[in-house]
Amino acid sequence: MARVVVDVMLKPEILDPQGQAVQRALPRLGFDGVSDVRQGKRFELELAGPVDEAALDRVREMARTFLANTVIEDFEVRVEEER
Amino acid sequence: MTTRVGVVTFPGSLDDRDAARAVKLAGAEPVALWHGDKDLHQVDAVILPGGFSYGDYLRCGAIARFSPVMETIIAGARAGLPVLGICNGFQMLCESHLLPGALTRNDHLHFICRDQRLRVENAGTAWTADYAEGQEITVPLKNGEGGYVADEGTLDELEAEGRVVFRYLERNPNGSRRDIAGICNPAGNVVGLMPHPEHAVEALTGPTTDGLPFFTSVLKKLVSA
Repeated sequence: MARVVVDVMLKPEILDPQGQAVQRALPRLGFDGVSDVRQGKRFELELAGPVDEAALDRVREMARTFLANTVIEDFEVRVEEER
Repeated sequence: MTTRVGVVTFPGSLDDRDAARAVKLAGAEPVALWHGDKDLHQVDAVILPGGFSYGDYLRCGAIARFSPVMETIIAGARAGLPVLGICNGFQMLCESHLLPGALTRNDHLHFICRDQRLRVENAGTAWTADYAEGQEITVPLKNGEGGYVADEGTLDELEAEGRVVFRYLERNPNGSRRDIAGICNPAGNVVGLMPHPEHAVEALTGPTTDGLPFFTSVLKKLVSA
């Protein structure tokens, strides 16, 4: 089994009020020096077959049409090395 | 023949009954549609109600978009079927790309529930013909992810084509770009908005009856068609 990771983040120009709330909470907890926080989603896909270009193309298609809303989000697909 | 207006129930829909009731008060026949059933049962128009379809998992409306009933509704909407998306229904219409842009988390992060003043900017759509352009109405608003966003080019296009159908008045409740509360597609048969006209259809239960013209508008359009 192979794992493919899809990271989904709001586009830089889209306001991220959740990330801002996290950033504002940090100093109260004693964590200083963080000037910005952006919050996103991570999907871990376990693929049954080999992770070849065709499989990655399918994952990209999946990310583009479903896992991310490309109107407001960017995504990145990467293969996670076996441990 | 009675005009049949379908109201879809998804797992997690909340306002399907109120929408059906509004349809009935307007003088049409509400028809219950089911998310898992592709068949629209010969309805003349469809309402996608508010709520939290599929628990709002992934993104609001993202999973509903791929339900069997939506396949038929998307094809119908492209062919001119009047479709109204309220709140979660608006989110589904954006996720389906029947309407441009997206709804994001309210800029202040709070869920809001209040009576909201709106201006009707376009009285030419299938769902707003019984309003006057510029008319101000008050209907309930309740959402956590109602911030309308689109890129500047899309916003300019919406404005230029008169496709901003409703705008928030007094204060912007959620950070929506250009105070946009609702929009329509180029043909005007597909309308989506965050506020809830179906909760403002009779004096006993709503703050006003300002929402009723949505439902009489579509009825009139269908009867004259």
